[in-house]
Amino acid sequence: MAQEVRAEMVANVWKVLVNEGQEVSDGDTLVILESMKMEIPVIAETSGVVRELKVAEGDVVQDGDLIAIID
Amino acid sequence: MFESVLVANRGEIARRVIRTVQRMGLRAVAVYSEADAELPFVAEADEAVLLGPPPPAASYLDVAKVLEAARQSGAEAIHPGYGFLSENAGFAQAVLDAGLVWIGPAPEAIAAMGDKVAARNRVAAAGVPVAPGTAEPLTDVEEAVRAAASIGYPLMVKAAGGGGGIGMKVAWDDAGLRSAFATAQSAAQRFFASPAILLERYVPGARHVEVQILGLPDGRVVALGERDCSVQRRHQKVVEETPCPVLPEPVRRRMFMAAVRAGEAVDYRGAGTVEFLLDPASLRDDDPEAGVFYFLEMNTRLQVEHPITEMVTGIDLVEQQILVAAGKPPSFNPDDIRRRGHAIEFRVYAEDPQRFFPNPGTITTWEEPAGEGIRVDAGYRAGNTVTQYYDPLLAKLCVHGVDRASALELARRAVAAFRIEGPKNNVPFFAELLENEEFCSGKYDTGLIERMRS
Repeated sequence: MAQEVRAEMVANVWKVLVNEGQEVSDGDTLVILESMKMEIPVIAETSGVVRELKVAEGDVVQDGDLIAIID
Repeated sequence: MFESVLVANRGEIARRVIRTVQRMGLRAVAVYSEADAELPFVAEADEAVLLGPPPPAASYLDVAKVLEAARQSGAEAIHPGYGFLSENAGFAQAVLDAGLVWIGPAPEAIAAMGDKVAARNRVAAAGVPVAPGTAEPLTDVEEAVRAAASIGYPLMVKAAGGGGGIGMKVAWDDAGLRSAFATAQSAAQRFFASPAILLERYVPGARHVEVQILGLPDGRVVALGERDCSVQRRHQKVVEETPCPVLPEPVRRRMFMAAVRAGEAVDYRGAGTVEFLLDPASLRDDDPEAGVFYFLEMNTRLQVEHPITEMVTGIDLVEQQILVAAGKPPSFNPDDIRRRGHAIEFRVYAEDPQRFFPNPGTITTWEEPAGEGIRVDAGYRAGNTVTQYYDPLLAKLCVHGVDRASALELARRAVAAFRIEGPKNNVPFFAELLENEEFCSGKYDTGLIERMRS
């Protein structure tokens, strides 16, 4: 089942740790966001392949924005 | 004396400093980033200069831009607030080199305390107790494992280049040390541009107690009072109170003396804070003299939680900073410092009250409590947007009662009356904390919030 990974808050995208097409496991860190001086790792909640990656380092994401789709 | 002060900061602390600057009849100059143009501190200053885009590196941390703003506005002195450039010795020196007055300690004192390993060694030599730890900064994990064998577990692993709890991790064994070392080193490199690490014996169940000091123009250093800052999440303070509810008077006096010695060791001038770890297990009901505490670090600037010391002493600390910088005596008698009642500060953060994750957003409702014994230092008002670029502090709610019980009761009423809508915030957490038995008893430690959320 596909997992849509979304931002839970307004944040800057600090690091992107995966590429499209990459296989990831449940619990892997996909992206590290930064908001209000705190680093917030965005974690895969399912194992699969990163089908879409919607953010790049330096982007600003809004609450609810799509970060990646894992399938 | 100088007649104008540029406040090189933002939010609640800029507003708070501006208030005293203006009360002293001086002209207050604000600097701000594009993200902060609508905030109250910009409007309340006598003049405001735009620094640049929102990221701190392009605005509040840009030394050249801040100095240019001072030149352009004709400001004669610079107050750095806390955070940003406040503990940057290079900035302090640049301010002096530009012919301006620096409202803070000498650059040498900032540098001496900024290197956490050197600071430890320096105060230890002055007779201040330090926890067992490394006398040299570590950059290699194998070196750290060897050092750990001689210091003994558990250990606190922290950045040597800076404080504020950033990157701090507890290690219970070699495996934990290896992982904590990597985490701390990555944070140290990122935030302080130095991979150096300091290991110190970790005291489980410790309380974090700090002493407010003031170095006077004549060279004397005085202690104004202590603050207990043991309510923490992610090693960062959330609630502070004074007096420390468990500190016996003889131990308090020893702690004040240690803080004064630490200040004297670096010829400290102005307001500073010496942080200690207090081991509550060392306190004894049958012996008020017993009590073990260790030097943690010294913050060479105004502290976020300074208002509670102001409430119990009646001393405006920003006013003293300005007077000391001008070479004038303080406005109070240093031989007769009295503390009255009990004060508590609650840091209102834009973060969810369960996991404490940041939550920027636009404030739709902002209603502050007010009344006798209540002080709110706020950086925002309704309509303002809280952005992701800066720390999550929205306001500081401070209460002052005749004793701890009345301060807690006042706090319950104030928290109930504080209404913020828009960004998620931790006001509901305070309502919960004020009903928590451990907190209300006064016998809590730095693990309190973790226990409340486990």
